[in-house]
Amino acid sequence: MKGVSPMRFRFTRKQLGIPYAVFLICFVIAPLFVVLYYAFTNGQGRFTVSNLTGFFTSPNTIGTLCYSMAIAITTTVVCLLIAYPVAYILANSNFKKKTILLVLFIVPMWINFTLRIVALKEVLTMIEGNLAYYPFMNTVIGMTYDFLPFMILPLYTTMMKLDGSLLEAARDLGAGRRDAFFKVTLPLSLPGIISGITMVFLPAMTNYVILDMLYNSTYIMGSLIGSYFNAYDWHSGSMISIVLLAIIFMITWLTNGFSEDESNRGAVL
Amino acid sequence: MIRKIVSASWLGIVLLFMYLPILILAVYSFSDTSTIGTTGSFSLENYITLFTTPELLKMIGGTLLLAFGAACVATLLGTIGAIGAFYSQKGPRRFIVTANQIPVVNADVVTGFSICVLLIVVLGIDKGTFIPLVVGQVILAAPFVYLSVVPKLKQMDHNLYEAALDLGANASQALIKVVIPQIIPGIISGFLLAVTLSLDDYFITTYTKPATFDTISTYVVNATKGAQTEIKTALWALSTVMFVVILLSVLIGNAVSGRKVGEDNGNA
Repeated sequence: MKGVSPMRFRFTRKQLGIPYAVFLICFVIAPLFVVLYYAFTNGQGRFTVSNLTGFFTSPNTIGTLCYSMAIAITTTVVCLLIAYPVAYILANSNFKKKTILLVLFIVPMWINFTLRIVALKEVLTMIEGNLAYYPFMNTVIGMTYDFLPFMILPLYTTMMKLDGSLLEAARDLGAGRRDAFFKVTLPLSLPGIISGITMVFLPAMTNYVILDMLYNSTYIMGSLIGSYFNAYDWHSGSMISIVLLAIIFMITWLTNGFSEDESNRGAVL
Repeated sequence: MIRKIVSASWLGIVLLFMYLPILILAVYSFSDTSTIGTTGSFSLENYITLFTTPELLKMIGGTLLLAFGAACVATLLGTIGAIGAFYSQKGPRRFIVTANQIPVVNADVVTGFSICVLLIVVLGIDKGTFIPLVVGQVILAAPFVYLSVVPKLKQMDHNLYEAALDLGANASQALIKVVIPQIIPGIISGFLLAVTLSLDDYFITTYTKPATFDTISTYVVNATKGAQTEIKTALWALSTVMFVVILLSVLIGNAVSGRKVGEDNGNA
């Protein structure tokens, strides 16, 4: 078919990609190179690795990195434990209006997250009193509250696509409910799990507004960038960005092959 | 039977966790107390404050204008980018697909910071021109528009385009009258997604916005640190208004295109 259509037409359609490609080069690729340059230079524009060594020798930055990791891992696990049964129940229910039910789980995602954190803060304060007494727990609660829909959605879409006849076959061949779940459903829903983890883990490492709003803490990776930004220290801020990018790259590389497209944020719209 | 009860109550508990704070705030937004947990009497004071304080109105208007404006630009760029990439050779397409994925997987903090360094520090563009702000919002949204248009292009019947050409349409007519109508659901959902992403954004905004301009997110974060009780409780009203508007539009949207949404879920 392609060979039939005149050259001129295909040429025009292809050209449509140019503005977007230029835009991506200017505002996505170029900023990353600029950040890379700033991370390895000092105020005089000379090459230096002191930003890098500074990051890995300062107890403050390394401590923040470890703490952020712990927060992100805990949040991701908690989200997964809550979301997996939700997605499983929703996907397997015969309830006719289940899209409405799914929408109810997704709607919070579209309400401004700062307003939702305000609501959560008021409720938690009512229950606990001073939120700074349990910083770790409250951070995990806040992040779970914020990111849960991002875990439910990819899990649900994967489970909906799951071929039901495989489960029937497993049951026919003598597998019990439990065996069928662990040997068929769980492995087949792995892409959804991976996708959900990538949607939750990274925001959980970097979203510093949640802790800041809940109990005025800034002990997380993202807020390092924020504080360097406020201090006009572009070089150190860039180094933090590079460290975060390296982590992102590692996650993407590890999950490559499993993950589906990342358009899950908009799947129900 | 027991399984059913356990399932239903799990869904109920999770929904309660997600909605209870919003609902409690909604109830208290109609009272004259400023501390959750205490009793107060019914009052519309918060809503009056919300809709009559110039500062708040300016902030809400600015947020909406920015979200819709940036979403329009992002939708245009993302859509033509998707069409262009779809018909390009493997090399250029690969480049666009990969570069498009960067802002999607990247942390918003890093995206915002890197744009700030490039545009404001290196190129010296004044934040007051709103250029960095709009560019940042477009970068946030355009890749998601792209991702919601591409599946529609893949599902499209390509013979129709060829037929239009055979019947005498030129390329741009065929594009506007044949291709666009077929991918319009993807464009619309991309646009809505762009609006919600921008409305929800804090990080990219905070690194690129002019000092005197605030969106809902940046305003709320500052307001929670301030001691102005009147503003604090007016934000409860704002939260309630937003919740109701979003819930209603989603439920209505779902009811209107009930069947279509079900189909889309399967291949989204």
